[in-house]
Amino acid sequence: MYDFELVKPSSVADAAAALGDEDAQALSGGQTLIPTMKQRLAMPSKLVSLAGIEEMQGVAVSAVGGIRIGAATTHATVAKEVAGSYPALAALADGIGDPAVRNRGTIGGSLANNDPSACYPCGTLASGATINTNKRAIAADDFFVGLFETALEEGEIITSVDFPTPSAANYQKFDQPASRFALVGVMVAKFDDGVRVAVTGASESGVFRWSEAEAALNGNFSADAVAGLSVSADGLISDMHGSADYRAHLVGVLTMRAVAAC
Amino acid sequence: MAQVSMTVNGKAVSGEVEGRTLLVQFLRDQLRLTGTHVGCDTGQCGACVVHVDGEAVKACNMFAGEADGAEVTTIEGMANADGSLGTIQQAFQDHHGLQCGFCTPGMVMSAAALLKDNPNPSEAEIREYLEGNICRCTGYHNIVKAIQAASDAQ
Repeated sequence: MYDFELVKPSSVADAAAALGDEDAQALSGGQTLIPTMKQRLAMPSKLVSLAGIEEMQGVAVSAVGGIRIGAATTHATVAKEVAGSYPALAALADGIGDPAVRNRGTIGGSLANNDPSACYPCGTLASGATINTNKRAIAADDFFVGLFETALEEGEIITSVDFPTPSAANYQKFDQPASRFALVGVMVAKFDDGVRVAVTGASESGVFRWSEAEAALNGNFSADAVAGLSVSADGLISDMHGSADYRAHLVGVLTMRAVAAC
Repeated sequence: MAQVSMTVNGKAVSGEVEGRTLLVQFLRDQLRLTGTHVGCDTGQCGACVVHVDGEAVKACNMFAGEADGAEVTTIEGMANADGSLGTIQQAFQDHHGLQCGFCTPGMVMSAAALLKDNPNPSEAEIREYLEGNICRCTGYHNIVKAIQAASDAQ
């Protein structure tokens, strides 16, 4: 690999200062970033590791109710820690990559990267979570801007994510077995004030909410309510693993399965 | 260059590494612990799995500088104190859980991580846990049998 500088700050403030340098890049679990750097698809001159920042670790009940997850918390820890309080989110975290990847990869890293086939953007959007950074709080609805694009500004660091806990929820992931990302994934979450449905792996613009399904499920929370609905294949991903039409079909099927499993 | 210190297989070690030095390079090239293999170098194949602070990780997907101060266990640390094969290693030999042997260090380290958390895994749980360890010889069948036998022996 090419040469670069690795720094390991112990506070968010020090990390933010280190990220002020030109070409500096935050490193969380590195399970996507390190392979990307090996291929020179990313070439930061300085990596700022967030793993040693105590205040970004762990899972806690937040002041407003629900769950606060530190951004540098690994998938394996989330899977363990929220199994009782938010089982659908625990299952989502437990299905990312493989066990060794889950021991390094983090929620903050996944959200900041916003891979169009990643699981966490889907779980975060379906939950109506709030992404806290060192500068502000961003609603999930405003956070995911497009393909690998988020509302984060240059050098802004995700510090934690606040999840309200739904009364029922389920994540259905149709595995792409080679990459272990979702070929398509759908999360359905039912809250007192309405149902949220988020879809990953399908759109060329990244994770999105399926509002038509949400409206139908608000009237009648059953798989039958979404049986007649379909998403348009326009703008959906089409590759060797599945055509846009196939992905559109999967969105409907997985939504029904998620509702049935709630 | 930065100084890193860690405990590897119970022994305190230290060395000079660059930012880009991967943990697997530090283990293999500087410590000469060449039992940990580099297969794909992309985080897919699992031949480089080691334990860092008791958790299985892919050593090609972590920088040596990130393991500063950590407790690392490699395949060389899996043998018994007298040099004989550890329970999992012996089970791999007894059940022919390897052919070319390239993936074996990672398989044994993943198996050890699984059995630590789940001492009596079902066949399905073993197969699912090995998602990130690829073997091109065995068809996995004897690897699964070996891990079942190790589970019984422990």
